[in-house]
Amino acid sequence: MTKAWTIDGVKEALAAKKVSARDLAADFYKRIGERNAGLNAYLTLSEERAYAQADRVDALVAAGKPLPALAGVPVAIKDVISTRGVRTTCGSKILENYVPPYDATAVERLEAAGAVILGKTNCDEFAMGSSNENSAYGAVRNPEATDRVPGGSSGGSAAAVAACLAVASLGTDTGGSIRQPGSFCGIPAMMGSYGRVSRYGLIAFASSLDRIGPFATNTRDVAAILNVIAGRDANDSTSTSAPVPDYRAAMERPVKGMRIGIPKEYFGEGMDDGVRQKIEAGIEVFRRLGCQLHPINMPHTDYAIATYYIIATAEASSNLARYDGVRYGLRVEDDSLVAMYRKTRGAGFGAEVKRRIVLGTYVLSAGYYDAYYLKGQKVRALIAQDFRDAFSKVDVIVTPTSPVPAFKLGERTSDPLQMYLADIYTVTGSLAGVPGISVPCGRISGKLPVGLQIFGPPFGEATVLQVAQAFEQAGGGSV
Amino acid sequence: MKISREDVERVAELAYLDLNGAELEMYRKQIDEILEYIGKLNELDTSNVEPMAQVLADDQTADETLRDDAVVPCQIASDVLKHAPDPEPPYFRVPKVIER
Repeated sequence: MTKAWTIDGVKEALAAKKVSARDLAADFYKRIGERNAGLNAYLTLSEERAYAQADRVDALVAAGKPLPALAGVPVAIKDVISTRGVRTTCGSKILENYVPPYDATAVERLEAAGAVILGKTNCDEFAMGSSNENSAYGAVRNPEATDRVPGGSSGGSAAAVAACLAVASLGTDTGGSIRQPGSFCGIPAMMGSYGRVSRYGLIAFASSLDRIGPFATNTRDVAAILNVIAGRDANDSTSTSAPVPDYRAAMERPVKGMRIGIPKEYFGEGMDDGVRQKIEAGIEVFRRLGCQLHPINMPHTDYAIATYYIIATAEASSNLARYDGVRYGLRVEDDSLVAMYRKTRGAGFGAEVKRRIVLGTYVLSAGYYDAYYLKGQKVRALIAQDFRDAFSKVDVIVTPTSPVPAFKLGERTSDPLQMYLADIYTVTGSLAGVPGISVPCGRISGKLPVGLQIFGPPFGEATVLQVAQAFEQAGGGSV
Repeated sequence: MKISREDVERVAELAYLDLNGAELEMYRKQIDEILEYIGKLNELDTSNVEPMAQVLADDQTADETLRDDAVVPCQIASDVLKHAPDPEPPYFRVPKVIER
């Protein structure tokens, strides 16, 4: 059974009784047992829960009942997303033994649709990082090149799918943490618009930026997962009640005549030549498909990283105040309450998290709020305006996902600012709240995957998926 | 220099975060470099720009997102307490706050 399963493939095999959901789960666990020690993609396996769910699916098959959208599909969940009864660490020592008492809405919806949750995937601590090297439980290796990083922060979710240790997975994206690892590992990876997927049960990093979204081996499967997890949730007041279209139906429409914006600011210095060649070849695919290519300007792009590291760290410093040794997680004892707080947080958080708490607290502190935080919010408005202006002229925007392919483990860890700059093409869409996908766009020297990013207007997920699907079908993945 | 060691100490105090001497110096240096980089935002005149306090504020459904402020029973209290570092149901216990 060691082949790349798709969601449709699983469903057909189950319906034809070629495989049971239980055997399929067991087969994936067998493969995880063989490969995970080398990749470190999974932190926790949820076998009991997975087999119970598989048995429910097999009972439906036995009874001849209709199978739900994701029946028996083995999936992995990033370890910042709460799973009832299954340890959820956020890649941090401070939550080493934390077992959530409830499910995230996205997890609940996946399971209600028949998905089998295999386990929890490794990530940068509290999703803060671009290489997965900030996990307290060790780095993840890129299955396509094991001396390299899988990207981050959702590195485990990307690696698990790329290595066929799950059919699909959930990650979270705050500044590129779904799209960039998707690009590094050579698989499609999507974040919907801000508000499209409920954040309930997503352990918060930066609440105005955090989004849950899928990884899969093909764009149709990305669409299927998004369809299940999207939609209004009373438990997240920022989730929208805008209708969720049938993405799989919408994505098959032809893209001839579609207006594609190519912003010149995303092709500047610092971009790897191999990436540039592949993206240019990818853009040619759109020309062949009959799309109209429009050079556009997004003049505030160069300010996005600076803006992002103000907003994201400010929100993080506030969100992470909850780790105080009182209600959950680690406590380092002391006779005084404040000393207990300080010691717990000093011992429980890793280096990058502390750095961001210090920076975030600083930009919010008296005397610096206007100069940094308020300034950041104003520039964020300008970046969002760049996107509105662009979408008045074009249907989607196409860019590279990352200026570089997967880099070597340890290559960038000594310089935080250089690591931050790896997110230069993804943070813009995060700040603006628009949907974006990274799709495979060839490999440098036949080895290192390159990702092409497609942004759409707010709630334009169907259009983004339509363009991604046309690109994939036209051979964009092997340019 | 944008940020001093005293600034980092003050911020760590505000954030209830124990940092040792080596960490204080490392973060001072790294955050100084990051703030230097962030300084490029001052190239932009934002005097007439409204700060973006809400993402996708033009979402037509935003007015529907407020629910009634009603108490809903929640059956997870004992589960929550079970995983607390020092529970004394129905309370979380903490070190003494007020000295007699």
